[in-house]
Amino acid sequence: MVIKTEALTKNFGKITAVNELDLEVKEGEIFGLLGPNGAGKTTLISMLCTMLRPTSGKAWVNGFDVVREPGKVRKSIGIVFQQASVDDLLTGRENLQLHNLLFEVPKAVRKQRIDEVLSIVNLEKRADDFVNTYSGGMRRRLELARGIMHHPKILFLDEPTLGLDPQTREHIWEYIKELASKECMTVMLTTHYMEEAEQLCDRVAIIDYGKIVALDSPDALKNNVARDIVKIKQKIPDIEKIRKLGYVMKAEEKEGTLYISIKDASLHLQDLLSNTGPIDFVEVRRGSLSDVFLHYTGREIREGDAEGGFWERMMKR
Amino acid sequence: MSEIEGIYAVWLREAKIYIREKERLVSAVISPLLWIFGFGAGIGTTIESVGGYSYQMFIYPGIMVMTVLFTSLFYGIYVIWDRKLDFLKEVLVAPVSRASVFVGKMLGGATDAMVQVIYLIIIGLIFLDVPFTPLTIIEAFLMLLLISIAMVSIGLVIGANLTSPEGFSLVINFVMWPMFFFSGALFPVSNLSPWLAAVTRINPMTYGVDAMRGIILGINHYSLLLDTAVLMVFTAMMMGIGIMSFRRM
Ligand SMILES: Nc1ncnc2c1ncn2[C@@H]1O[C@H](COP(=O)(O)OP(=O)(O)OP(=O)(O)O)[C@@H](O)[C@H]1O
Ligand SMILES: [Mg+2]
Repeated sequence: MVIKTEALTKNFGKITAVNELDLEVKEGEIFGLLGPNGAGKTTLISMLCTMLRPTSGKAWVNGFDVVREPGKVRKSIGIVFQQASVDDLLTGRENLQLHNLLFEVPKAVRKQRIDEVLSIVNLEKRADDFVNTYSGGMRRRLELARGIMHHPKILFLDEPTLGLDPQTREHIWEYIKELASKECMTVMLTTHYMEEAEQLCDRVAIIDYGKIVALDSPDALKNNVARDIVKIKQKIPDIEKIRKLGYVMKAEEKEGTLYISIKDASLHLQDLLSNTGPIDFVEVRRGSLSDVFLHYTGREIREGDAEGGFWERMMKR
Repeated sequence: MSEIEGIYAVWLREAKIYIREKERLVSAVISPLLWIFGFGAGIGTTIESVGGYSYQMFIYPGIMVMTVLFTSLFYGIYVIWDRKLDFLKEVLVAPVSRASVFVGKMLGGATDAMVQVIYLIIIGLIFLDVPFTPLTIIEAFLMLLLISIAMVSIGLVIGANLTSPEGFSLVINFVMWPMFFFSGALFPVSNLSPWLAAVTRINPMTYGVDAMRGIILGINHYSLLLDTAVLMVFTAMMMGIGIMSFRRM
């Protein structure tokens, strides 16, 4: 286990941000933490990277105790914070140079690493401009470049692609995947983007109020909970009849539209339609992680939403 | 090796920013000029010579100490800014000991102060005919460096423990002005009332001013050895407290 926690807890006064959390992350895994604002994701990551002291419980990163061996933990990790931490008053390249010194990148490869990560995040052209002339997304990219530059064994990403355009986001996902498989790097990331969790993560933990409420691969999570949703519009719907069908998990009418949850629409759609009689409109929507999320937390997670989060703070600058 | 690189990285960042912020360089020259030519020349017309030197010359070593004192103490405010802008996180999460982070910052602050010292020496040589020799310039420089390290440490301790720049200014004023006024920078420490003498005796800056006056003008109240010893102990203590407060950050 590259990351392991036992009853890890953090209290801020009366608030319990992380609540007796048990977690194990395997080597080479891309592990996602999905949760609404205030769920405790950042607090958990802060404790794992030794920036916050747990109130109680234990945690090991790369086999080292985060409280007793913080130095060894720090040598094993890279981190991209939720809030920007690149230095405005330096150029992009200077930020990376400082990181090289601080994170003990061997002298021989320093220059090459800088060029390498700059090209991954497409910042070569702006590398020698001051960071305070960068856009929000460019800062984020610089920060990512910095996080991976020293080839850490474990990479923590706190909402890594928040505010990036889709193209850059996919570029970065690809690179993270590649790093994880090629260098056997373990990645723990938090995200609000369902798509990110589905595309990138081997396993996803859904966190709410500091506790894990579900943990599995994205597909398995979807199978357990989420189902396909068939939307039907018709003149005189007969909900009771539809509800009696064995494969229908749930049927509801909202504003003249019938929402029918089915385990697997591809198997039962035909039969369903033969039972509903004539219809005006039908649409099948594949279940997604956001349905899983809704199921476990009773709340919607709005994609790209980060109240009081990184983006707001970025814009205020 | 990596610790040294860590110290270098932290210092390098401070030095780069200092060079780029032109306002800091400009204010670094102007404030001591005001003291010497405004205050020193003004009061100087009403005060006869002190110890065989004009008042302006007499306070010159004290102004040097004062400049270092102010610049060094105020430097701690940048820790608060760094923390506000979250830059500090990157340094704090690095596999570099907090002692090294502290030393890097401390050297950064001392660099600021020592750049000012160089201006002051040039001003003294050109406009005041201060009787410097190459040796006394080096001695003065080293003494001021020692003072600067102590004062930067105090500033960093305060910066590490506070979160608002306003709070910092408030606290620093309570440290700075007493240290300056009761140091003998503006008056000789002989023939003082008993309580004032007692206050000056427990103020470490008194020994700094005395040492500087001894080195530059040859007027000593205490011995240079005592001055240096007191300052070294004081500096070591402040550095220790500084490293401790960075560990808790
Ligand atoms: N330094 C702090 N002092 C007091 N309370 C805190 C502190 N840091 C976090 N909290 C509280 O702990 C809880 C968890 O916060 P955390 O930042 O870990 O959430 P998050 O899951 O990262 O949320 P987001 O998606 O908004 O980033 C919140 O209720 C928050 O108010
Ligand atoms: Mg967070």
